[in-house]
Amino acid sequence: MDFRLTAEQESLKREFEEFFAREESRAPEGWSGGLFAIFESDENWAYHRSVAERLAEKGWLSLPWPKEYGGKEHSYIEQLIFNEVKAYHRVPGVDMWGPQIVAPSILEHGSEELKKKWLPRIARGEINWCQGWSEPNAGSDLASLTTKAVEDGDDFVINGQKIWTTGAHRADHIFFLARTDQNAPKHRGITYFVSEIDKPGITIRPLLYMHKKREYNEVFFDNFRVPKKNVVGQVNQGWYVTMAGINFERSMIGTVAELKRGLEELVEFCKKTVHHGRPLGEATLVRQKLAQMAIELEATKQWAYYVSWLQSKGQNVPAESSAAKWFSSELTVRFANIAIEIMGLYGTLKEGSKWARLQGRYEDLCQASLGITIAGGTTETMKNIIAWMGLKLPR
Amino acid sequence: MNLDFTETQEILKKTAREFMARYYPKSLVRELEEDAIGFRSDIWKEMAKLGWLGWIIPEEYDGVGGSFMDTVVLFEEMGRACFLLPFFSTVICTLPLVTAGSEEQKKEFLPGIASGETIFSLALTEPSATYDAAGINTRAVVQGNEYLINGTKLFIHDAQVAHYFLCAARTKTNESRPEDGITLFIVDAKIPGIKITPLHTIADDKQCEVIFENVKVAEKYVVGQLHQGFPIIEKLLEYAAMAKCAEMMGGADWVVENCTSYATERVQYGKPIGSYGIIQNYLAEMWAEIGIAKRFTYYAAWLLNEGLPCSKEVAMAKSWAGDVYRRWTRMGVQIFGGIGTTREHDMGLYYRRGRQAPLLFGDPDSLREKVAQEMGL
Ligand SMILES: Cc1cc2nc3c(=O)[nH]c(=O)nc-3n(C[C@H](O)[C@H](O)[C@H](O)COP(=O)(O)OP(=O)(O)OC[C@H]3O[C@@H](n4cnc5c(N)ncnc54)[C@H](O)[C@@H]3O)c2cc1C
Repeated sequence: MDFRLTAEQESLKREFEEFFAREESRAPEGWSGGLFAIFESDENWAYHRSVAERLAEKGWLSLPWPKEYGGKEHSYIEQLIFNEVKAYHRVPGVDMWGPQIVAPSILEHGSEELKKKWLPRIARGEINWCQGWSEPNAGSDLASLTTKAVEDGDDFVINGQKIWTTGAHRADHIFFLARTDQNAPKHRGITYFVSEIDKPGITIRPLLYMHKKREYNEVFFDNFRVPKKNVVGQVNQGWYVTMAGINFERSMIGTVAELKRGLEELVEFCKKTVHHGRPLGEATLVRQKLAQMAIELEATKQWAYYVSWLQSKGQNVPAESSAAKWFSSELTVRFANIAIEIMGLYGTLKEGSKWARLQGRYEDLCQASLGITIAGGTTETMKNIIAWMGLKLPR
Repeated sequence: MNLDFTETQEILKKTAREFMARYYPKSLVRELEEDAIGFRSDIWKEMAKLGWLGWIIPEEYDGVGGSFMDTVVLFEEMGRACFLLPFFSTVICTLPLVTAGSEEQKKEFLPGIASGETIFSLALTEPSATYDAAGINTRAVVQGNEYLINGTKLFIHDAQVAHYFLCAARTKTNESRPEDGITLFIVDAKIPGIKITPLHTIADDKQCEVIFENVKVAEKYVVGQLHQGFPIIEKLLEYAAMAKCAEMMGGADWVVENCTSYATERVQYGKPIGSYGIIQNYLAEMWAEIGIAKRFTYYAAWLLNEGLPCSKEVAMAKSWAGDVYRRWTRMGVQIFGGIGTTREHDMGLYYRRGRQAPLLFGDPDSLREKVAQEMGL
């Protein structure tokens, strides 16, 4: 075993660190980072877009892709380092869906024409995506979706509804799943589409999160037309394209790195804040809680590296990556709640109040983190995957 | 980066697994648990032949010259087999001898350890039952070119078969800095004045009370510098913590595998219990938490092996692995149901060790306190 990075990886890491430290210093007032902060205001969105442009210039939006499509052919480990450094600095700029979900799907299953048309634009950070998978009655059981796609000349005509579509109100493109064969078994009648969003036949309606921010949306298709050449992979094979493309940051190192930053700040806060005549950080219970968080974080980090290591060897590790997703997201919820408990009533104040502590970050995260244990597959689904695919338990 | 075992480690793992299956069945574990001495010299000799006893001893002293990281694999397999012979005790004492012992001491003791003739036991903890310097009150007083040791040592593993003790004693009193004035001695276990009484523990491992009454030790058996033993002990405790972690994780592997296969076979209400969501939930959590703890153990052990700074990581890994092992040896019994609570069933062997191992060489709470200090709190 050797946990050291190579000399090249170390120097790449330093390059990332310098870059993101600089970008962090350009953040707009009140910027808090996190998964969805980019959608909150025009200013935040502009910041996200400007970092994306700089990342594109460096070729860092397409680190692992083949050179012929604008990539740099870096390994999983280097992508992991990139994700870790970026998240630690709470810098946006990578569209969660473009480079990490759509692009790998197109790379693996798309026609040459699709690759030539879409990949360079994703690598250049020109376009923004949203993911139209879930429906009101198709969540964990995604394959039961009912949005319909019917052939009509060179197009497919789409009718139906999507829900929880994160960032649809900011995106200019959507990738989605629709049913093209009503009679086939449910996994075999689904097709994967990519499309511009700013076209007739699509309506986007806000659905506010419990903290009143606009992150996700409802999306309605009403005779929405998509050219046939926008099908990724084969018609009716969309389920399998989807499964191959859920490559999105499987190790969850980003979540870990963000929490690490948060913990460092919380520790500083506890050293400086005096309660009952002594620093919070001197209370045994506070020390135990903070140390436990540090331990779980470090454990999760080691697991994230391990998952990436296995993937870098070409292994498909559904159970290991599900464990990473479940554990890191639940850890985020635990962390947010512990932070509030330690800060007491002050911790419950929203950002903007002069009495708020740590920019109200944990008032917000206590709510936002609940979405992480649901989005992208619930904790229960992750455990099912471990039980069924990892441990081969009977169903 | 390379997160795989080396080829040597893979071979060690395979050999150790086969060795345990052949020489160390669970029936023998039970037999040795009942036995007051609990030692088998024939098995010990086989281990010496494989080079395990001298694995970390340099070749010039008849050892293999292998790494501590290699022994992590051995400790894992021993934990999996609920191994009771004094391998842990001896290796833990060998480490400071290799790093801090004099040339003369190395020549006198290391070849004997490697060949299996010499068994060592660590005489560190006392009635305070802690691992800190303030807990060491056994005294060693100079008398000519000898020391006279007096005091009580408690929770001393394998003292009943030890040929030598590596004993920590106070040679100087410094009220404000208890770590100043502790000296390590090699003490012949057979000399007059040593009284060994067995303790009976939840794990039925072999621990003893060892009383030293005017025990004479020659000056040449001081390990390292006079009064300066505590830093050696601190390092030793890190190695011991990682070895214990590896043992727990080996046991944990057994628990995951056996609970999973039982859940697949055991039928209730017409279906295997492993098809019920709540049992799947336990098993998925067990598998993931243990897997995470295991990777963490490797990371911390690797840092230690490489001589990199690791006090924080070692404390973290042991705290987490200890909590995880506690939790899942308890839930393991639940998954087996009534049969899991019997003396005959193997799950109980792991459950009982799961109550004890997390407390040895740093319990989860005090290690968290250590982590808090390392975080600057
Ligand atoms: C913040 C946020 C952002 C999101 N962003 C997007 C997006 O951009 N695009 C998109 O397509 N979707 C998005 N989603 C949707 C997300 O993928 C779904 O919410 C998720 O898959 C769960 O589906 P559901 O909400 O219908 O819950 P359900 O599937 O109805 O689940 C309800 C409960 O039942 C449990 N459950 C369901 N089936 C099982 C089972 N077999 N075994 C055990 N327990 C089970 C679940 O774990 C959960 O606890 C987002 C969701 C959130 C919260």
